Amino acid sequence: MPDTNLPSRMTGHGEVIDTQAPIGDEVKTTTCYMCACRCGIKVHLKDGRVRYIEGNPDHPVNRGVLCGKGSAGIMTQYAPARLRAPLKRVGPRGSGEFAEISWAEAMEIATGWLGHVRRTDPKRLAFFTGRDQSQSLTGFWAAQFGTPNFAAHGGFCSVNMAAGGLYTIGGSFWEFGEPDWELAKYFVMFGVAEDHDSNPIKIGLGKLKARGAKFVSVNPVRTGYSAIADEWVGIRPGTDGLFIMAIMHELLRTDRVDLDFLVRYTNAAWLVVRNPGGADDGLFARDADGKPLAWDRIAGAPVDAATAEMQPAIVGDYTLPDGRKAVPVFQLMAERYLGAEYAPEAVAERCGIDAARIRRLANEIADIAFKETITLDVPWTDALGRRHETMVGRPIAFHAMRGISAHSNGFHTCRALHLLQMLLGAVDTPGSWRYKSPFPRPIPPGPGPAGKTTAPNTPIAGNLLAFPHGPDDLLVDDNGTPLRIDHAFSWEAPLGLHGMMHTVIGNAGAEDPYSIDTLFMFMANMAWNSAMNPLEIIRILTEQKADGEYRIPHVIYADAYFSETVPYADLILPDTTYLERWDAISLLDRPIGNAHGPGDSIRQPVIKPDRDVRPFQDVLIELGARLGLPAFTKEDGTPRFKDYPDYIVNHQRMPGIGPLAGWRGEDGSKKGVGEPNKDQLQRYIENGCFWKHHLTPEQSYFKQANRAYLDEAKAMGLMGAANQIVMQIWSEPLQKFRLAAQGHGAKQPPAHLRKRVETYCDPLPIWYAPLEQAGHDTTPYPLSAVTQRPMAMYHSWGSMNAWLRQIHGANRLYMARSTATAQGIAQDDWVWVESRNGRVKGQVTLMEGVNPDTVWTWNAIGKRSGAWQLSEDSPESAKGFLLNHVISEWLPAQEGFRGANADPVTGQAAWYDLRVSVTRCAPEEIAETAPHPSTLKSPPNMPAVPLIIREPGK
Amino acid sequence: MTEIPPSSGKKLGLVIDLDTCVGCQACATNCKQWNAGGHLAPLPDMKPYSAGAEGVWFNRVHSYEAGEGAEGRTVHFPRSCLHCETPACVTVCPTGASYKRAEDGIVLVNTDTCIGCGLCAWACPYGARELDEDEGVMKKCTLCVDRIYNETIPEAQRKPACVITCPVGARHFGDLGDPGSDVSQLVAARGGFDLMPEMGYAPTNKYLPPRRPMAPNPNPPAEAEPTPLDLKNPLLRWLDRALSR
Repeated sequence: MPDTNLPSRMTGHGEVIDTQAPIGDEVKTTTCYMCACRCGIKVHLKDGRVRYIEGNPDHPVNRGVLCGKGSAGIMTQYAPARLRAPLKRVGPRGSGEFAEISWAEAMEIATGWLGHVRRTDPKRLAFFTGRDQSQSLTGFWAAQFGTPNFAAHGGFCSVNMAAGGLYTIGGSFWEFGEPDWELAKYFVMFGVAEDHDSNPIKIGLGKLKARGAKFVSVNPVRTGYSAIADEWVGIRPGTDGLFIMAIMHELLRTDRVDLDFLVRYTNAAWLVVRNPGGADDGLFARDADGKPLAWDRIAGAPVDAATAEMQPAIVGDYTLPDGRKAVPVFQLMAERYLGAEYAPEAVAERCGIDAARIRRLANEIADIAFKETITLDVPWTDALGRRHETMVGRPIAFHAMRGISAHSNGFHTCRALHLLQMLLGAVDTPGSWRYKSPFPRPIPPGPGPAGKTTAPNTPIAGNLLAFPHGPDDLLVDDNGTPLRIDHAFSWEAPLGLHGMMHTVIGNAGAEDPYSIDTLFMFMANMAWNSAMNPLEIIRILTEQKADGEYRIPHVIYADAYFSETVPYADLILPDTTYLERWDAISLLDRPIGNAHGPGDSIRQPVIKPDRDVRPFQDVLIELGARLGLPAFTKEDGTPRFKDYPDYIVNHQRMPGIGPLAGWRGEDGSKKGVGEPNKDQLQRYIENGCFWKHHLTPEQSYFKQANRAYLDEAKAMGLMGAANQIVMQIWSEPLQKFRLAAQGHGAKQPPAHLRKRVETYCDPLPIWYAPLEQAGHDTTPYPLSAVTQRPMAMYHSWGSMNAWLRQIHGANRLYMARSTATAQGIAQDDWVWVESRNGRVKGQVTLMEGVNPDTVWTWNAIGKRSGAWQLSEDSPESAKGFLLNHVISEWLPAQEGFRGANADPVTGQAAWYDLRVSVTRCAPEEIAETAPHPSTLKSPPNMPAVPLIIREPGK
Repeated sequence: MTEIPPSSGKKLGLVIDLDTCVGCQACATNCKQWNAGGHLAPLPDMKPYSAGAEGVWFNRVHSYEAGEGAEGRTVHFPRSCLHCETPACVTVCPTGASYKRAEDGIVLVNTDTCIGCGLCAWACPYGARELDEDEGVMKKCTLCVDRIYNETIPEAQRKPACVITCPVGARHFGDLGDPGSDVSQLVAARGGFDLMPEMGYAPTNKYLPPRRPMAPNPNPPAEAEPTPLDLKNPLLRWLDRALSR
């Protein structure tokens, strides 16, 4: 209380402040969706409206904190851009002429189109979901429908990272692993996507900094996390692989590698057959049971590589009992990376990093790994049954994300980074990078992809997005032609694990390999920022054949907001916001586990929609029943599931395994595996909408070979067998593809792809110049151009947020001051950014903290005029620009083959391979961006935008 | 003009760590949503979906670069009221609406008596005052006075919204008048400093400077000395290595 003895003017005239007002009248927990991070939130409600969203202190992902996006969720909830009702197109595609229709009519239309496709040729449905967090449902639905043409957005996001990791260490970064934030003494982060993952990295960096650990950021741009790095390495885009291999070169050259770790946990000692030209060249030498062999120096003979008591050889030429020659994997690796082309001097200029600096960093890293070893007094038992009294750790941790994966050499770069971790013995040890349970998983994690055959009214058995082990698992016909519309799992992208959403519309337009009837999309802004070269995508979506029919006859789109893609669909199924629906963040999909144990979570509706909208997952389940998909229909033909929550609780993928792992069994006492529990969702809600299983200390490290961990993981259904997971330096699946390209086996690539497959399916990581750059004369385009995601904006989902758009309203082109000055470009100048694909206009901001040969901008801030229910004069569309306009979806022409601008192994969209020139605009060209396509017309009955917001949601 | 009351000795404020702030804007938007329904609500947003969108924010994060080229540094700088000990924004107030609380040092505005003249905004060198053009009154950071004493909130959460939400833990709250408090100790240990001390307003909030980075190992190991690349066969050194699984 104010001191009443003070003069009135000293106390704000005795102002009385209510310090005891409750935040709201109700609080509910759920899971954030303002980006991909999936933090736990508490939503305070007042008078039926959202009053305040805060981080849930008990939640394992964010522990009470909440980022700039999550804290602004209230304005996304109340954005005027929310779609209001189902829409049917009534004018030409792209005109924005829509009529509101009832859900009954919308479902009838969708069922009619989809039913026809399913009865005739189900693969003519292309079902692609963008930033979908229900892929275990959507993928299952697609397989039930009978089309192989399903994927989410991973192909244009970070499949290189996922594939590189899953085929090498059985885990990866982000959802698959994390640094040991508590114990790491040195942390190296390569180009990062801020939302992968947002708050755990921020929390972790805070811990590292507080402990005085060294943080090195390898990134062409010094913003965000890089700004607080103790050392910034401003590398040239696309050269990270060379930099990593140069560090490996130094470690091998100075013999500072963890050989004990390599022979215990990797395939370093496995024998590789050397038989140049033969069908077995480069495959592992195996015994009669198929077990890989290693050379035992004591026995002087090859033995099962999993034998405990042996002295494995890591170099040398050996003769197998059948007379074949073989060498250990380690030797092949050492020979390659000791090569002069990987010496620091050889890579320095290309990477833009001094050789002496590379050498110093290699020494620092080795010092930490081998001189600052951490020993925990935690006894544990390894997979071979041997007890160890301590856990010995290498406190050097790495993290990487899109900065290295969004290049056409990204798969190999990701693998190289994992090799570096293995050389240091820094995988799942105290202080190093650690697996997030349910990882590690077997390498590769499961069988190959389903979808080799399709037939009318017939589901496809198996997972559409799975893991090829070799050529036999590819989805190609006898001529090597892709079976999927996106060409994933073909010779063009043999490890296209996440599909290739970025090629779907282009291929559908070219009817390559066939035409499609219905394009069904969810949350994917393919007519704008999710596409390379979006104006071409728009051209295809609006293209009519001679008979007047659209090239893609039907387009169905589900989204919660009026995005740039809405006008290009024929039928709009309006979704709810993240605060209005159920969701399952499932172990079957992309779980929220961490190094301390597996976990999953749900969303529950915290407010009721005030519009005629439905959760997309409910709609999909109803469509499944209407179409008669077996898993969504009872024997009597009635719907099997009432809605999505019913599915979450009662669907079983395998006996006892469903979308959620917590509180299974009739009484809720089982973890991972157990009968459905009708009270399961209630138990989640009571626990803050998440489930977390805590590993014991003895299970916490060396999970790939930890008996206690592996046994429990198997018991909980996290893996099929409790065998040690041996990390793969030499990748045999890649060698199998290469052998096929060399003319071996029944399935071989078509002639025009042989050289490509042979080159890029190298069983050891290689570096090559990005394909886009190697494929054309880059002399006129001297600069690399990349994008970053701002911490306060998630892709396109932010500009309709009245608060976030005040922080990022129009993106600039950021350019090194020295580079700009040399070209006579000044701060605020308007410039053309030109590539081989065209040009885009924007305004320049000069900076110091950027690689001088690189320009960059914020991703997806530029908007199309009219979209997102923003006024035409909004800076997002008037001045903001989309770099996508100058990124080609295809590589420069190569002998008639139209290859995607993508990684040749995984199909990952190579967004960051772009090369551009930057030139000043003529004076008459300034003040507005270009291209500047026409203003989009709002759907019917969208609210007029207010001139002022006084109270959110009112 | 308004007078500053004698201090009780309690000086509530923030300590902001520039070594760890990554510029994520969490403190800005969380502050905005808390206060949009808090003591000084509303925090209006003008032209929210058009050109010229501009709202009232009690906390803003700016990014700067210092130094040139690779030797420079990017600094994320969160800016809000510093709750100065001798704030000119209070002393210039012609109505007594702008005031400093004796009991905890928080600087507040009584919007009932504020006439929106803007003198306080002119007087504040930190740009911490925010004019609500809709109501015609001045507003500013309240240090979440409606949170920090609020017994309807769990005790551990009774801190300003910007502190609770900060993902990197760069924001700390406490009594800077108590030399034994965690925040005072932190300021002492890390060399916390006043923003523009030469202005003489004695800000309560402190900023922590970037830490000195770890120096490279001055004595690199002998085996790290360059080995000739033409060493005949470097693989030989591993040939007789006795390794156990």
